[in-house]
Amino acid sequence: MKHRSIRQFTGVAVLASALMSSTALYAQDDVIHFGGLATLEGAFAEPGADGLRGMELAFEEFGWEIDGKEIEFTSASSDGTPDVALESARRLIEQDDVDILVGPLSGSEGIRLAQYAKEQTGTTFLNGGSAAVETTLVDPAENFYRFNTDGAQWTAPLGEYLVEERGWDNIVIVSEDYSFPYAQIFGFMATYCEAGGTVSDKFFVPVGNNDYSSVIAQLPQAGGDVDGMYVVLGGSDAVNFLTQYAQMGGDLPIVGGTNAVDQTVLAARGQARQLLPGVLASGPISDNDDSEAWTTFVEAYRDHFGEEGLPSPSVFAYNYYTSTKAALTALQKVGGDLSNDHADLREALDTLELESPTGTVTINENRQATAAIYINEIVEDEEGDLTTEPLMRVESVDQFLGLGEDAYMELGLPSRDNPSCPS
Amino acid sequence: MTRRTLLWCAAGMGLIAYPLLVNNFWLVQIGGRTLGFGTIALSLVFLVAYGGMLSLAQMTVAGVAGYAVAYFTAPVAGVGLLLPWPLALLIALALATLAGLLIGLLAVRTLGIYTLMITLAIAMAFYFLTLQNYAIFNGYTGFSNVQPPVVAGVDFSRALPFYYLSLAIAAACYGAVRHITRTPFGLALQGVRDNPRRLRSLGYDVARVRVVAFAIAGLLAGLGGILNLWLNGSISPASVGINPVIDVLMAAVLGGFLHPIGAYVGALVFTVVDNFAINFIARERFNTLIGLVFLAVVLFSPDGITGLLRRGRIWLEEKVARLNRRRGRNAGSSSPMQSRQET
Repeated sequence: MKHRSIRQFTGVAVLASALMSSTALYAQDDVIHFGGLATLEGAFAEPGADGLRGMELAFEEFGWEIDGKEIEFTSASSDGTPDVALESARRLIEQDDVDILVGPLSGSEGIRLAQYAKEQTGTTFLNGGSAAVETTLVDPAENFYRFNTDGAQWTAPLGEYLVEERGWDNIVIVSEDYSFPYAQIFGFMATYCEAGGTVSDKFFVPVGNNDYSSVIAQLPQAGGDVDGMYVVLGGSDAVNFLTQYAQMGGDLPIVGGTNAVDQTVLAARGQARQLLPGVLASGPISDNDDSEAWTTFVEAYRDHFGEEGLPSPSVFAYNYYTSTKAALTALQKVGGDLSNDHADLREALDTLELESPTGTVTINENRQATAAIYINEIVEDEEGDLTTEPLMRVESVDQFLGLGEDAYMELGLPSRDNPSCPS
Repeated sequence: MTRRTLLWCAAGMGLIAYPLLVNNFWLVQIGGRTLGFGTIALSLVFLVAYGGMLSLAQMTVAGVAGYAVAYFTAPVAGVGLLLPWPLALLIALALATLAGLLIGLLAVRTLGIYTLMITLAIAMAFYFLTLQNYAIFNGYTGFSNVQPPVVAGVDFSRALPFYYLSLAIAAACYGAVRHITRTPFGLALQGVRDNPRRLRSLGYDVARVRVVAFAIAGLLAGLGGILNLWLNGSISPASVGINPVIDVLMAAVLGGFLHPIGAYVGALVFTVVDNFAINFIARERFNTLIGLVFLAVVLFSPDGITGLLRRGRIWLEEKVARLNRRRGRNAGSSSPMQSRQET
C-alpha cells in the first residue's frame, strides 16, 4: 500500500509540476514569446479567429524569427467580457511568460487590459481589435500601444461627408447599448453636428435583441423631415433589425456603423440583403481598395488560409495583423533586444512609421494610431456578393478627430446622451 | 479520528505553504479564484446538501455584494457614493444576506425543478436589470478599477496578501458551514430536507427554516462575491450573466454534494481545466475538451470528485483489510463495515 500511494503521489506531483511549468522552458534568451488574446467563444468567435489569422500572417511574413531569435506564439481566448479577458491575459503573462501581448478584441476588454498593463511593466501590450475611445484616452498606460484607429476615428469622416456631399442634416440613430457603439456615434456626431447636422432621436437596443418592432414603429417615414437613419448594430443584431425593417416596409435611407457593413452582415441571406446595396459606412479598411499594399495583403491572406479563412480579410484580421507587424518591425530595428524592460523596443515603437496594408500608420503621445479612414459604399459584385467599395479615402485621422486635444477633451466621454445635437 | 485531524493539519499547512511553491499566476488566478469562486459554490453546496434546495441565484447574490462594494468604494461617472470601506463591506454583506432572504421567500414554497426555474428567472432578471439600469449599475460598462483596501499597511491587491485573505475567508466560511450543520438549526434543516411533513408535525416552521438557510447561503455567496470582485478588479453585467451562473452549478456538481469541501475541490478542478484546456487542443476546440472533462466526471462519478475520492478510499481500505486478514493479523479491528461507518 505504501508503494502504491508513493507512486500515486509521484504521479500527481509530476502532473502538477508539468502543468505549472508547461511553458517555463521557453523562457530562454533566443526566443521571443508572443501572446495572442482574442474572443474564440461567444458572439465574436468568428472575428476572434480571424484576428489570430492576421497575427499568423504577420509572423509568416517575418519567417517566425527576428535576428535569429525564434518566435514562439501562444494564443488564449476570451468571451468578450473584461473578467475573462483579464483571466486569459494573466495566464499568458504570469504563467506562460509572454514578452509581447497582442489583444484583446472588444471594447470593454481593452479598457480593462490597459489598466492591467500598468501592473505588468515588463510586458509590452499591443491592442488587437478593441476600439473603445477610453483605452488610450483616459490615463493611458505607458506600455499599451494601439496601432489601430478607434471606433470614433472610424466614423468621424462620415458625419462631415453626409452633410457636405449628400446634403443630409436631420437623422435618427438606432444603436446597440454599449461602449463601442457610443464611440461610433461620438465620432460621427463630432463632425456631423459641427457641419450643421442635427439628430432628432436616438434609439438604443440591448445587444442580442431579437424583436425590433417597438423601435421600428417609432421610426419616422421616408419623405418626412428626416433624411435617413444611422444604424450602429453589428452581427446578428444588424441582420435581425434590417430583416424586420424590410418586412415592415421601412424605406428610410440608411448609413451604417463600421460593424453593420462587416462581412458577417454582408454575407447574410434574406430580406436584410435588399436594403444593403447603396448603404454608406466608414471604417479602417475597404474590401475593394485597389492600392498595392492592400491587394498584396488580401493575396497573402487568401494564399495562406484558402477555404479556411473568410473571402476577404475582416477588419479584425487587419487590426491584429497591423499590431503584430508593428511589434515585429520594431523588434527588427532593435535586433530583438528585450532587455531593460523592453526599453529599446518601446523607443522604437514610439517613433515607428508603420507601412500597413492601408498606408502609413503613426502613433501619438497617447500611443494611439493616426491612420487613413475609408468612406465605403456597399456594392454587389458580378458574383452577387456584397462588398465595400471605397468612395473616399481620408488621410491621417488622428485620435482627436482633427479638433485638437483641448477641443476634443471638452466633448467629454462617449455615452448614451453625449454628444447630442437636437434641432 | 487522529488520522483525520492529521490530514486536516497537513491540508492546512499545505495551503499556507502553497505561496512558497508557485508563481503569481498559480497564487492568484488559480489559488485566489478557487477560494473565492469556491466560497460561492460552497453556498450552493450548503443549500443542496443540507437543505435539499437547488438554487441558481447564488452568483446573483454574489453579484449583489460585488456591485454594492463597487458602488460604495469605486464610483464612476457620477454613479456611486464613496464610503469608508468597512461600512461599504458591511452594507454589501447585509444586502447579500437580504437578497438571499428575499430569494428564499420566493423560492421556498417550491421544490426541485421549480426552485431551479424560479431562481434562474431571478438570476436572469437581475442580469437584465444590471445591463439596462444606468443610475445604480452603470449599464453595460459596470464598474472598473475596484481595488481592495489597504489595511494597516497591507495592500490586499498584491498577490500574497490577497491569497491569504481569500484563504482566511474561505476557511472561515467552510468552518461556519461545518459548525452550522451541527447546531439545532442545522439539524432541523437536514430534517426538513429528509421529511418536511414530520418536521412540521414536530412543531417546526418549515418555511422559516428554509428561508433562514437561504439567508445564510446569501451571506456566504456575498463573501465569495467580494473576493471575486477584488480578483477581477471590475464588475459588469457579464459577471452575473448566464455563464457565471451556470459555472457555479458546474463547480458544485464537479466537486459533489457529499461534503462541503466538494465546493472547493470542484472550483479548483473547474478553474484549472478552464485555464489550461486551450494548451492541449486546437484553440477553436478547447471548449469541447472542457465539456468532455465535465461529462466524464458526471458520467463516471455522479456524486462528483469527492464521491470518487470517498469510493476510492473505501475500496482501498477494504483491500487493506482483506490483505490484513489474509496475513492472519487481527482481522476484526479494521473490518470494511467499520471503516465505512467512520466516514
